[in-house]
Amino acid sequence: MILYPFIIEILQLLIILALAPVFAGWIKMLKCWSQGRTSPGLFQPYRDIIKLFSKDVVIAGNASWIFRFTPYLVFGVAVLAGGIVPMLSVDLPLAATADVIALVALFAIARFFTALAGMDIGTAFGGMGSSREMTIASLAEPAMLMAIFTVSLASKSTSLSEMVQVIYSGLSVFRPSLAFALLAFILITLAETGRIPVDNPATHLELTMIHEAMILEYSGRHLALLEWAGMMKLFLFVMLGVAVFAPWGIEASGDFAAIPAAFLFMILKLAAAGAGLVLIETGLAKMRLFRLTEFLGSAFLLATLGMLSYFILE
Amino acid sequence: MILSPIDIALSSILLLFLIAVLAFLFNRYQKFLITISFSMTTIASLLMVAAGGWTVGKGITNQIILPIGLPDLLFHLRLDPLSGFFLTVIGLLAFFVSIYSLGYVKGFLGQRSVTSLIIFYCLFIAGMFMVVLADDALFFLISWEVMAAASYFLVMFEDEKIENRRAAFLYMIVAHVGAIAILLSFGVMAGLTTGFQGFSGYTFDAMRATRFPLGWATAAFLLSFFGFAAKAGVIPLHVWLPEAHPVAPSNVSALMSGVMLKTAIYGIVRITFDLIKVFPWWWGAIVLVFGLVSAVLGVLYALMQHDLKRLLAYHSVENIGIILIGIGLAMIFTSFQMPLLAALALTAGLFHTMNHAMFKGLLFMGAGAVLHATHERNMEEMGGLIHKMPWTAAFFLVGCISISALPPFNGFISEWLTFQAFLLSPSLPNPLLNLLIPMGAALLALTGALAAACFVKAFGVTFLGHWRGHHNPNIHEADWPMRTGMMFAALTCLGLGVLPTLFIEWMDVISEQLVGAKIATSATGLGWMWLTPIAHERASYSGPIVFLFIMAVVVLAYIFLHVRPAAIQRVPIWDCGFEKINQRMQYNATSFSMPIRRIFGFFFSIKEQVRMGSHYGHKAFPKKLHYHLRIRDLFWGWLYKPVIEVSFWVSRKVGKLQQGRIQVYLIYSFVTIIVLLVFQG
Repeated sequence: MILYPFIIEILQLLIILALAPVFAGWIKMLKCWSQGRTSPGLFQPYRDIIKLFSKDVVIAGNASWIFRFTPYLVFGVAVLAGGIVPMLSVDLPLAATADVIALVALFAIARFFTALAGMDIGTAFGGMGSSREMTIASLAEPAMLMAIFTVSLASKSTSLSEMVQVIYSGLSVFRPSLAFALLAFILITLAETGRIPVDNPATHLELTMIHEAMILEYSGRHLALLEWAGMMKLFLFVMLGVAVFAPWGIEASGDFAAIPAAFLFMILKLAAAGAGLVLIETGLAKMRLFRLTEFLGSAFLLATLGMLSYFILE
Repeated sequence: MILSPIDIALSSILLLFLIAVLAFLFNRYQKFLITISFSMTTIASLLMVAAGGWTVGKGITNQIILPIGLPDLLFHLRLDPLSGFFLTVIGLLAFFVSIYSLGYVKGFLGQRSVTSLIIFYCLFIAGMFMVVLADDALFFLISWEVMAAASYFLVMFEDEKIENRRAAFLYMIVAHVGAIAILLSFGVMAGLTTGFQGFSGYTFDAMRATRFPLGWATAAFLLSFFGFAAKAGVIPLHVWLPEAHPVAPSNVSALMSGVMLKTAIYGIVRITFDLIKVFPWWWGAIVLVFGLVSAVLGVLYALMQHDLKRLLAYHSVENIGIILIGIGLAMIFTSFQMPLLAALALTAGLFHTMNHAMFKGLLFMGAGAVLHATHERNMEEMGGLIHKMPWTAAFFLVGCISISALPPFNGFISEWLTFQAFLLSPSLPNPLLNLLIPMGAALLALTGALAAACFVKAFGVTFLGHWRGHHNPNIHEADWPMRTGMMFAALTCLGLGVLPTLFIEWMDVISEQLVGAKIATSATGLGWMWLTPIAHERASYSGPIVFLFIMAVVVLAYIFLHVRPAAIQRVPIWDCGFEKINQRMQYNATSFSMPIRRIFGFFFSIKEQVRMGSHYGHKAFPKKLHYHLRIRDLFWGWLYKPVIEVSFWVSRKVGKLQQGRIQVYLIYSFVTIIVLLVFQG
């Protein structure tokens, strides 16, 4: 079946567009429960996005084209990345478009433009958000690369589909190097997706805002696109972790009948990842900005330990 | 006789000399002179691009001996693919910059005569071409000096400013210390070739044919690496670079940063891979370590700058570092007989050479346009230029994205290839290198991310937000020749990023000749759309798909969201109800880099002072705060100041010999003659 990979690709793009808000809603729901609040329901992010799409856009008088272009670009990057990370099957026509390093760089271009948009209006908030975001990103990047390096030592590849297949072909994932890399990856995910303890997605307090400060001036459909893309990014980082560290269930045989099972596995893994995230977020408080060097430094250290343990133990 | 590439190259150099003479003759017609001479340099550069492109594309090597020079020491010229590649890089940027200069140099009309600028501009470009073409030590050094001297005069162009004179002087000293090292290195090699008998060993051909003993070869390599590192601005020999590049006219800064530094890269590649050929792995390790230090410290120092052109100059230090990382890795792989991996690393380094020439040229041209419009180099006094200079802003943004190594532009491709080379280092049969080289990859990642932060700052503070300045100049968009030059460079950045496979296929012959393997067959294994170094299972990237897919989603989302006409309301900026917001409250360059300054503060010597001025009755209500921040390069205090002080001390002591009386001098001569006679006997 020549069309099979393309059907999977389209299916996957639909899943990321549709499921990312549900995943965000799931996290919010669990968080409400764990803090003894009533939750707004699983589908509240949908209602938020739809409401924002129907509202007028209000932008500052001196906003340039960069401010208006950024939401579309960020959204485009998220959709493209959604076509690259294997979720259901490794037969993805887009999978070869970018390996993990290029995928990280794709998120970096979205971040670059978001930071520029933060500077565009000329308020102190936007500049503050951009400055902090770029600082955190530059500390997270070496740790991320080290984690990729460690993982690619075992699988001899940085292509995501290939990594999944290597694990299927008998490579054990229970290795000390991968355990260290997983820990590092979790810390980096918290930083890259702006979760507690690095950034608080729910705050609008000037001293603690990072990502929210950059997009503070957005409204209407622009904000909807940015919020949606943000949810997709969180979803994709979870999927990235799943593909690299726990790929079981992702279909690699080219059999269409295995897809529903793969879908079920994906839902289960997402639910578990969401629960884990909520545990971290309710258990910890947000860190001071300058404590983050230690946080991301330890991510780097863990990834380096993973690399060393590969050379020493494996 | 059929026309060969070297004939075209020679005619291009002759044309440049001719323009220099013409400029001298037409001194009186300044406006006419600008138009005619820069149009002709455009042609000369294009000729050189044709010669270089042809040589590399067909993989040919031409040699020629010019009947000039000293008796028995004639000038040898050789155009092989490596030279051809650098000729293409230099020619292409000289072409863009010459178009740009048609508009830019007109800004000096009525202020000063531009004749000297034009003469030295032509000599400078011709000097760079000759360095790359030279095939003997003598002609190489003569060309090297032509290039250095011409650029010295270009840095001195606006010589009424004291900072220009200081910068030019510093540049001259470092350039000559470097040149002496290169001369000594060639001396060692030429001497060994003939066993220190006669001069016939000065040609590169003779050096190629000789196998040097390791000790002497190491001496030659270290000397030449020192010399070329001084030219390339490798840390710690970089201090001249952020002084000299910003004060030169912007078209010259573009050439100096974009391509003059690359002649040093050419020298390193030529001497190690072509002349010495066999070397131990730790030579590569030296190059790699200096590359990494330059990359990380270069970008950190750049982040602390608020002078736009100084910031760009520090980024040249960073990018030279990235190029050296690729070359160092290639040397390590070569010394362990891994030609395919060496080819990958060398291609990454050379690709970055091309990329850096393009985007750094573009950025300096953009900075020149800003300087031209605002008469300001300090970013803290700028802002909001995107509204008044939309074209310049767009082109400058392309340069910013490219230099930050973000897809789908060209800087990403070469850094990605370098990462791939790093990821293959575990196959090296040396446990020490296996453990240490990954740290290099992490440092390169840090460099890339910090560069992105720095260019968010540079673009955001210069072009976005509101005007921060105290005075309000009449800002105008750059004129069309300047815009055309920048546009071509921007398009090249995009083209190289979207279609890297075509470029790699074209330049593959270089790695085949130097390290004995080519990567194009594997790099384009899945067709021209996919870049797959080594193997497609290993890693792959597709520039065209990334570019087109994102653009398609952007357009679709835009159309989809504009079916229903939702109004966009433009309102005044939200001031949190405070009502007294002004443009000085914006984030500026200093505040943007504050977190990074605090985290990496130990790399700088920082003096920060906050002083309270007068207050309203109580010190809790100050009227004015004085904030003073001074950041300096650590190396200046550590390395240069002691050297400067020692040399002054020595010259004071030696100066005592100078008595000013003729009798004393006669005694000196007499003693000298006696001493010489004693030694002769």
